[in-house]
Amino acid sequence: MSDIQELKDFATQVRRDILRQVHKVNSGHPGGSLGCTEFFTALYKEVMHQNTDFDMNGKDEDLFFLSNGHISPVFYSVLARTGYFPVDELNTFRLINSRLQGHPTTHEGLPGIRIASGSLGQGMSVAIGAAEAKKLNKDKHLIFSLHGDGELQEGQNWEAIMYAAANKIDNLIATVDLNGQQIDGSTETVLPMGNLKKKFEAFGWDVIEIEDGNDIEQVIDGLKEAKTHTGKGKPVCILMTTVMGNGVDFMMHTHAWHGKAPNDEQLEKALAQNPETLGDY
Amino acid sequence: MKKYTDTGKKDTRSGFGDGLTELGRKNPNVVALCADLVGSLKMQDFIDENPERFFQVGIAEANMIGIAAGLTIGGKIPFAGTFANFATGRVYDQIRQSVAYSGKNVKICASHSGVTLGEDGATHQILEDIGLMKMLPGMTVINTCDYNQTKAATLAIAEHEGPVYLRFGRPKVANFTPEDQNFEIGKAVNLYEGNDVTIIATGHLVWEAIQAAEKLSEKGISAEVINIHTIKPLDEETIIKSVKKTGCVVTAEEHNFLGGLGESVARTLAENNPAPQEFVATQDTFGESGTPEQLMDKYGLNAEAIIKATEKVLSRK
Repeated sequence: MSDIQELKDFATQVRRDILRQVHKVNSGHPGGSLGCTEFFTALYKEVMHQNTDFDMNGKDEDLFFLSNGHISPVFYSVLARTGYFPVDELNTFRLINSRLQGHPTTHEGLPGIRIASGSLGQGMSVAIGAAEAKKLNKDKHLIFSLHGDGELQEGQNWEAIMYAAANKIDNLIATVDLNGQQIDGSTETVLPMGNLKKKFEAFGWDVIEIEDGNDIEQVIDGLKEAKTHTGKGKPVCILMTTVMGNGVDFMMHTHAWHGKAPNDEQLEKALAQNPETLGDY
Repeated sequence: MKKYTDTGKKDTRSGFGDGLTELGRKNPNVVALCADLVGSLKMQDFIDENPERFFQVGIAEANMIGIAAGLTIGGKIPFAGTFANFATGRVYDQIRQSVAYSGKNVKICASHSGVTLGEDGATHQILEDIGLMKMLPGMTVINTCDYNQTKAATLAIAEHEGPVYLRFGRPKVANFTPEDQNFEIGKAVNLYEGNDVTIIATGHLVWEAIQAAEKLSEKGISAEVINIHTIKPLDEETIIKSVKKTGCVVTAEEHNFLGGLGESVARTLAENNPAPQEFVATQDTFGESGTPEQLMDKYGLNAEAIIKATEKVLSRK
């Protein structure tokens, strides 16, 4: 296991990358990205087994699918800083002719991305397909996916959730980011989804909860525990509670920063709360 | 005049089913998915021979498209089958993002297209699917005309890297193309050479075009008939060459005149060789219940309609 301080430093740098990416182009989604920084750090630095050379088919390695594609800033930062593409390329986020599109895409050939996402609710089906392919290929590696909580309002998820349990997709660990926020307000005001744990369990999933998804140790423990639940005939769901905008005090606990970039002054204040660790790009 | 013989009526969906079965035997990467329409899509033989390579998703087409996209990540070649209406309109955004934009090697196999689905009526008769699919960047769009051609196309698309929409139908229709044909994606098939008019047809209308050409010949009109099985990419060269010779064109398809083969031909000619054109197609309408023959007659999708359109286009030359 990596040193926890090392992982925290990595996460802090990722936060800076998120803020600087969205600030430069005055667009993008910092809130959900900041909330999932520990999850991405844990997954790519500590939990998944990835091959060094990117191959679309991903044989003999764990695969990750991001369903809520709007949190691309955190995805791009972690991919760059784990060697998928040059860190300097974060400078091109959302610019014309960039591989770092507003929402992740395979179309521009960015290493690390295996499916386009952004139009919500499609990622779980894709993850299930990749999990089925792993089973056919007798590949024991796992499929990980991340979904927003608001995203579960899309009906396709429930088709996928039903299918995964019925077909014993037990090489899939789907994490739901419970930040309780969506564009028009809190999930409780927009469309309450009731008890998600009971819902997943009623559909036949094994459910694990991470109480504080912004505590890197809790996230690592949760993901590792989830791995021990795989291969037992049930798909595994992690319900991970996070704080949107985590790590920047004025961005926390609100949906206001879902899709809004900080101005110069706000950026300065936000970066001061997240001092440089690995070096800015 | 060359004679085309119907070797016995067969449904194009059986051509798909038999092609899939053959693929199952020769390509271990081919997998199949279905949304509760195995019997209608004639997939049972493939399933019996390869149960581990078949995925029954239930009545959940959006999930089916996503799973198909995911299966390509791992080197599989998924053939996802359902009715044309549920294979396109219902899941347009899933196809757009997870398949087309993501460049995934998914084969969307759509049966029961057009009005010849028959008695079930307009809820199930899609006449807009060619338009929806051809507008997607990178999507290959194929509409086959008989059993033999559908089987050959099913085999051919497995060898093609990239997303494909394969459209076929429900009723038993004339089977007249060669059993051993070499199906070349994007290559038109010339059925008759002629000098007065070019008739360009796709799907079930190809046989009707042949019948029309025979009757026109009796009236002294020499029709060139082209079978376009691939609407995208369109064999523009063959079309331009033919219309340069004949000077006018009739297009025929079991689809809305908006967004179909006819519009693709019109655009090609507008850019390269403008010529009078008549459209045998549905006229921006939904279908309805009835037998396939009654519906083809009511909506002007048969040899008689092609003859009328030909006479009209000749008068405009």
